Amino acid sequence: MNSAELAPKTETMLLNLGPQHPSTHGVLRVWLELDGEVIVNADPDIGYLHRGIEKMCENRTYHQCLPLTDRLDYLAGTANNFGFVLAVEKLLGVEVPKRAQYIRVLLAELTRISSHLFWLGTHGHDLGAMTPLFFAFREREELMDLFEMVWGGRLFPCYLRIGGLAADLPEGFIEKAWDFVKKFPERIKDYHNLLTKNRIWIARTKDVGVMTKEQALDWGWSGPMARGSGVDWDIRRDTPYSSYEDFDFKIPLGSNGDTYDRYLVRMEEMVQSNLICRQVLEKMPSGDINVNDPTVILPPKEKVYNTIEGLINHFLLIEKGITPPKGEVYHAIEAPKGELGFFIISDGSPHPFRVKVRGPSFINLSPTKVLAKGRLLSDLIALIGTMDIVLADVDR
Amino acid sequence: MDTVTEKLQAQFPDAIVDVYEFRGDVTVTVKPAQLVAVCQFLRDDPETSFKYLSSVSGVDYYPASPRFAAVYHLYSHQFKKRFALKAFCASDDLPVLPSVVPVWSTADWHEREAYDLVGIKFSGHPDLRRILTPPECEGYHPLRKDYPQEGY
Repeated sequence: MNSAELAPKTETMLLNLGPQHPSTHGVLRVWLELDGEVIVNADPDIGYLHRGIEKMCENRTYHQCLPLTDRLDYLAGTANNFGFVLAVEKLLGVEVPKRAQYIRVLLAELTRISSHLFWLGTHGHDLGAMTPLFFAFREREELMDLFEMVWGGRLFPCYLRIGGLAADLPEGFIEKAWDFVKKFPERIKDYHNLLTKNRIWIARTKDVGVMTKEQALDWGWSGPMARGSGVDWDIRRDTPYSSYEDFDFKIPLGSNGDTYDRYLVRMEEMVQSNLICRQVLEKMPSGDINVNDPTVILPPKEKVYNTIEGLINHFLLIEKGITPPKGEVYHAIEAPKGELGFFIISDGSPHPFRVKVRGPSFINLSPTKVLAKGRLLSDLIALIGTMDIVLADVDR
Repeated sequence: MDTVTEKLQAQFPDAIVDVYEFRGDVTVTVKPAQLVAVCQFLRDDPETSFKYLSSVSGVDYYPASPRFAAVYHLYSHQFKKRFALKAFCASDDLPVLPSVVPVWSTADWHEREAYDLVGIKFSGHPDLRRILTPPECEGYHPLRKDYPQEGY
């Protein structure tokens, strides 16, 4: 054997992480080039869950697009519906009544809490903490029960409609929501007790995935990811939509831009969302839930069954759909994971000419190669967890 | 008129093709040759300060010609203002636009997506590969209007 064969091997190794791997939160595959345990290059390979939602929208009426948006970020279905209906309402130039706006905010904030709870459970679990998963899912289950009261299902709501809501809140919902809102702040203390001063948690998250403020802006980060790096920006506060200006809430900010800071930001966001829910419940106005516009909203059933005008109106809205004017609009909302934008081009027909979904997960995932470079393989798992990606939102 | 549009008209008098306003959103269409310079200006000028690129959307306006365009949605955290830029590709057969990755790193994946789904080539992009569909889909761009909805 010559000396060259005896020398230690110095070449890098290629490793596939995923697409079927519990720590990648779905069908994410990462091509890794490793030098020992250190990452030389990480290239996320996405698209395993690409369903062509944008293309499918082009062949459907605006109302038929709505169930497709449920399936973007499936952990926060209401947030996706919210973004889409607001974009279409902007295109139509209509504004829904105050009660509908408040109900939308209430459900969007409960959805944010549920999405963050899922993140907390899975992120903790990825990094070796088993108990937060059980604690977080206990509360998430209560939220799921609440959601089930409203739209009859757990994940795919489709409760928000263009121009209003599918129905008013069911009887007994407000009381049950109050129960949750009152006890939730105590439950957050439990999560803090488990993780915030936990030495292992700190070792796994402090100084991992550091993003400066400038980098975060350059890479298009939004939502809790940007706020973890100290970007003082929340769409709900800065460009309020759906009456968010009526509620007081704080925007938590991080200073180091690492995984631990983003953890603290999301924990505080749950507290603030709970606070918004409390204010909505206190101030909930009465009144209509739909805009008074027969070209947008289906007529009430008694009209459909008893009058010819109601029947024709119903038939036209179902068969043909709504026809917004010609135009191009972009509307963004603060989804649990960041900026969720819908860019809709209408050519005046009942089908959108083009729908572009600006999903937060897609963009939050894009700087992986920058953040993972030179880090240990185990840090990549912390990174994927902190990005809080949902692959259905990444791939669309 | 919108202040940002005024500034752009003063700075780049021959770059602006069209100004479009709808429901309070302003979209300015610029010539592709000056796209990067306009973006650079909008990002760096202290009175516009668009440090953040929300999205890049490839659009196929078929049957209109020019057919392909990219729409850039910008946001300024400082002024809490949104703004959109649009650039049409000169050729319908071989659509090309300059890449804005040097201005905003986030354009990397946005442009890869527009290349993948609409087939606009971004010249100067550091790593222009398909991103959502598999690499063997050579020549197919699903968001083009001549790509069928089903049957593939």
